[in-house]
Amino acid sequence: MDLLILRLHHGYQAIKDISNAKLSDAHRGFPVIDESKCIDNCRECESICPTGAIKIKPLSVDIGKCIFCSECESFCTNGTIKFINEYKLGSAERNKLIIPSGKSFANYHSEAIKARKEIHKLFGHSLKLRQVSSAGCNGCEMELSACGNVNFDMGRFGIDFVASPRHADGIVITGPISKNMAVALEDAYNSVNHPKLVIAVGACAISGGIFTESSELNREFLEKVKIDLYIPGCPPHPLNVINSIIDFIGKK
Amino acid sequence: MPIYDLRNQLIEKIKAGNRLVQFFGNKNGEEIILYAVLVHDNLSKLYISSSVFTGEKDYQSITPVIPSAHLFEREFYEQFGIEPKEHPWLKPVRKGIAGIDNIEIPYKFFNMTGEEVHEVGVGPIHAGIIEPGYFRFSCHGEKVHYLEIELGFQHRGIEDLFIKNYENPFFLTKLSESITGDTVIGHSGTFVRAMESLSNVSISRRAKSIRTIMLELERIAVHLGDISALSGDVAYLTGNSVFGALRTKIINTTMSICGNRFGRGLMTLGGVNYDISFELKNKINTTLDWLNDEVTLAAEVLFSSASVLERFEQTGVIGKDTALEIGMVGPAARASGVVIDARSDHPFDAYEYFTVHKLTLDSGDVFARAYIRYIEIQHSIKIIKEQLNNLPEGELKSKSNTLQNDSLLVSISEGWRGEIVHVIITDSSCNLKRVKIKDPSFHNWFALALAVQEEGISDFPLCNKSFNLSYSGFDL
Repeated sequence: MDLLILRLHHGYQAIKDISNAKLSDAHRGFPVIDESKCIDNCRECESICPTGAIKIKPLSVDIGKCIFCSECESFCTNGTIKFINEYKLGSAERNKLIIPSGKSFANYHSEAIKARKEIHKLFGHSLKLRQVSSAGCNGCEMELSACGNVNFDMGRFGIDFVASPRHADGIVITGPISKNMAVALEDAYNSVNHPKLVIAVGACAISGGIFTESSELNREFLEKVKIDLYIPGCPPHPLNVINSIIDFIGKK
Repeated sequence: MPIYDLRNQLIEKIKAGNRLVQFFGNKNGEEIILYAVLVHDNLSKLYISSSVFTGEKDYQSITPVIPSAHLFEREFYEQFGIEPKEHPWLKPVRKGIAGIDNIEIPYKFFNMTGEEVHEVGVGPIHAGIIEPGYFRFSCHGEKVHYLEIELGFQHRGIEDLFIKNYENPFFLTKLSESITGDTVIGHSGTFVRAMESLSNVSISRRAKSIRTIMLELERIAVHLGDISALSGDVAYLTGNSVFGALRTKIINTTMSICGNRFGRGLMTLGGVNYDISFELKNKINTTLDWLNDEVTLAAEVLFSSASVLERFEQTGVIGKDTALEIGMVGPAARASGVVIDARSDHPFDAYEYFTVHKLTLDSGDVFARAYIRYIEIQHSIKIIKEQLNNLPEGELKSKSNTLQNDSLLVSISEGWRGEIVHVIITDSSCNLKRVKIKDPSFHNWFALALAVQEEGISDFPLCNKSFNLSYSGFDL
């Protein structure tokens, strides 16, 4: 009886309209850059950036490297770089992740992922993914797990994480890929049947992130495969992950 | 002192009730210096001792007398090549994983033979979305006789990265947040405190309180997630959903403070980056009152359900003697009756100003490790509310300073998983020379291997989750 009361009390928790959900203003998402405000040319933002995501002249932020710590925003008294709470950061192309000055979020979002007919035909109704944690710190892993919980409930869109690569339509890579995980990652990829997708989640998987300079990494695998979807963040919010995948497979 | 004397002294002190919390090497020119750090929890005392190796290639192992030293000695051997003679199990820690590194003599797993004995290998990629590690079970039917755990897949060379990038303080803080993504506040707090003490920077009471609030929020969030996962492992799906939804609410509260669901971006050298405004304070207060009611309601149903208790009770038992012998820490140790909690034994941040009650249980089974999480959640809610409602005034950030030269500093704190210890050594030009990190998982992985012995192999996921250990924190 207590169990039934608890179940009733729990109710329905999932976010109903997932593509229009708003995040708190505190969330650090898309960086808006206004180079005209950079008047003293101090280059401090470039030198303090822990992952080397900022390039000067012309000013740009590579959100494939950025860990969204916003130290550059608080360091710059002119307000040149500002992180806003827009979270849909997924992109099908690596070079689109480099955000130049003046780029608005709406503009970025409309260009970053173009729904492709063949992708929609193959994966639009059901997409099963095998996640491979390749030396990730457990941040991205926890957010990917959260995609399936009662709040975000990714399963209702036909997108699920499965246990076996044999059941999967693609792999999701998190982490900078350590030497010790390189073999297992490649084995998992080879075990997935064609046609298959590769999705890189988080700054570490996309660029090495904060671990870029480590001598214990082996990122050769990424030279052999084409990454179909990049989902930046450190770690990316579940809404970022789900919406990026939905946009990519053209699910409406 | 000579290694012979150091060894004798360590054995004598540990037998007298001290605990080994660090044991590591540091290269100084041609010499290798071995440091050992001991603590006495009841007296809140710290002992540091060292021994210099000038070309010697081995020493007499401590492990046969003090089992809790086994991983420390293996790690020291792996990093500096000085062999602990007569170490019973000199297996690689993070490098030389069987079949991956081309080392001359690959490591051979412990092998059991006999009629109807079989082995089950799991990993490094697991069924769920979790970190990689390899488990090898030697079973007789369903019963596990022996579990061997192989880690190191996550090794990213974090300790070296600290030294490589010592010039950028922002890099150092962010790297400490990525030691393990589930203990962001725990590790980054321990690291920045070490750096602050080494540069004689004292932080304001307000910054201390905010750090404490965030650390307790992290503890609540992970404990809720663990109870949710434990419910899922025994097919109690209502618990899985209810506790999962409560966790979401708490990590969203963390995000409303610092913009990230795991607390990234909060810590900075000299204080914190984010304040808690009056409105935010009221909001958090309301959330915590709500959480207290919700968690009590849900936990009472969970812990009175016969089907749950049947799986939780008497599963994966670790007795108090074993826990002490292998040097367990954190809630897992407290669930086995070991009275340690760094918040009260070695207070830091706002814990210096009030007493944290050390909560312990005796049974040492999955039930105790689940239930202790529930009472720790309630305790943490009280701590946060007290800090919130008496939030002192003060600067968020103090001015930074250069590090002291030729110094060694030990920073201890209690993350949600247990005791975190960072040691920092500086050179004569005030730069970082060695950063040694220890996640509580370093002590507790071996406890998991012991907990599943003589249990059914199907209880492994349950035992594993009841410890919820970190792969990345161990592998570094």
